[in-house]
Amino acid sequence: MLKYVLKRLLYMIPILLGVTLITFLLFNVVGGDPALQAAGRYATPEQVQLVKAELGLDRGLPAQYLFFVKQIVSFDFGRSWSTKQTISKMIMDGVGASLSLTIPAFFLTVFLSISIALLIAYFRGTFVDRAIFVICLAAISLSSLVYILYMQYYFSFQLGLFPISGWSPDWLERWEYLTLPIFIFVSISLGGSVIFYRTIFMDEIFQDYVRTARAKGLSHTAVLFKHILRNALIPIITIVVIEMPALILGSLLLESYFGIPGLGGMIFQALQSADFPVIKAMTFISAFLYMIFQLISDVLYVVVDPKVQLK
Amino acid sequence: MKGVKNNSIWLDAFFKLKKNKLAFTCLIIIIFYFAAGLLCALGVLFPHYALTNNDRSYLPPSPEDWFGTDIFGRDVLARSFHGIKISLTVGLAGTGLSVVIGSIFGAIAGYFGKVTDDLIVWLYTTLDTIPYILLLAGMSFVLGGGLGTLCFAIGITSWVNLCRLIRAEFMKHREKEYVHAATAIGSSHFRKIFVHIFPNVFHIIIINFSLGFIGAIKSEVILSYLGLGVEPGTPSWGLMITDARLELSRGVWWGLAAASALMFILVLAFNLFTDALREALDPKLRGKL
Repeated sequence: MLKYVLKRLLYMIPILLGVTLITFLLFNVVGGDPALQAAGRYATPEQVQLVKAELGLDRGLPAQYLFFVKQIVSFDFGRSWSTKQTISKMIMDGVGASLSLTIPAFFLTVFLSISIALLIAYFRGTFVDRAIFVICLAAISLSSLVYILYMQYYFSFQLGLFPISGWSPDWLERWEYLTLPIFIFVSISLGGSVIFYRTIFMDEIFQDYVRTARAKGLSHTAVLFKHILRNALIPIITIVVIEMPALILGSLLLESYFGIPGLGGMIFQALQSADFPVIKAMTFISAFLYMIFQLISDVLYVVVDPKVQLK
Repeated sequence: MKGVKNNSIWLDAFFKLKKNKLAFTCLIIIIFYFAAGLLCALGVLFPHYALTNNDRSYLPPSPEDWFGTDIFGRDVLARSFHGIKISLTVGLAGTGLSVVIGSIFGAIAGYFGKVTDDLIVWLYTTLDTIPYILLLAGMSFVLGGGLGTLCFAIGITSWVNLCRLIRAEFMKHREKEYVHAATAIGSSHFRKIFVHIFPNVFHIIIINFSLGFIGAIKSEVILSYLGLGVEPGTPSWGLMITDARLELSRGVWWGLAAASALMFILVLAFNLFTDALREALDPKLRGKL
């Protein structure tokens, strides 16, 4: 087990180097001169030169790349071009806001979709199954932007049930601002989530152990909840773990629409203002988180299912 | 006899689809959209979509203008129909590119194995660890806006899933007897990849194309919101939906309604059709793509 984890950690190095290479190629080579972006639209050539020296852009490309890798290894991503704050501080400030939106929304989605998927599994092959499936397909056919626009318009603007946008640094007071975004998050992701868990349950339902349990006289419901749900927990746990990085990064659309000061909103701002260091840092951090949680999920898989062997 | 056997999976799929009334209706809707998009592009349908008239700004829906007018007095219905043209272009060109990259890389990696495989797996694992929206936004950002770069950005960022599937299939197929037989009679690698193995994995490509199409249409909307979509002033659904944010606060809902309704019908038809296609072509793959 330890050997496996070490091997996986070592394998992360070439992948993470690849990520730095891609972001470097995109933003320092393809994207034109970053100094022009950093200095702003109305900078004089002298100012641009100054910014170039300041950011280390007057060196050759290989030297610039090494500088970028060095920055990342020391977990110091420099400062944002637009807010001038250090990026590590911006991230620390944003994580809490993102998580207070995504964690409740995600677990609510998981709970609801597993319940609905179990219901479908119970009614499999009937009209109910088909109808819920078509409704789910319809739900994922609407753009998430359309969900946000309509629901914000209807619930905040027309009915006045929630504030249109806003934020409070206090954990208890911010729920007023978070209720509608959480509700929208659940509505956007529910359809796809139900289809996903339905597939997991359908995979389990035709296994031999289900037939055996039914043959020895257990009721349909007992088999569904005691046997199928417990076995399906293995893929469910791993999926939940894999989703974690996305939750930490927050929601680009919801945070920018509702003025939630999380990481998603930060990425949105960075894209709007051509803030290259922030985009580069966030790309690397999300890739890093993704790989770490992928590894955790693989290890968990073995812990919950001793039949699985790691190679 | 080879021809007959090769056709049977497609003929079989065709008969299955024909029996599925819902899927057939969806196919007709999709064909209708393609026809409408083509007619708009040729200037036959709604040629007046760019006509501005400031006296007619934000007129609500009426018998003359079914979906009202926008800020410049342009007909919203006409603009939404021209949005079909943009969306289908993004879908076809973006997904077309991603399918070409994905299947060629997948085929090469799976067929040759060894260092080639390691390199391609490294490339797509790297791309896959970056969240899709960040990768796509970064790509569109450095390439600059516009329809062409939008399609290109979608194409070169969304091939990983297909590549992985094709690679796995090629690894399986390269050890099969028919491929060994082809080697024995002296077929080249190129011939074995494209003439012998490719027809056996083509159904995966078709299904993936259909799924990618849906993804590309949705990506256009998100990228427009991020300010990375097509040129401003182009009649695209993404821009219309993005503009709706300000319009809604003035009570103007028809721009959003027209664009999102046309988009919803197309994407739903595609989703239902893809599901039927998947079941007809390869029931084992259901829910796995």
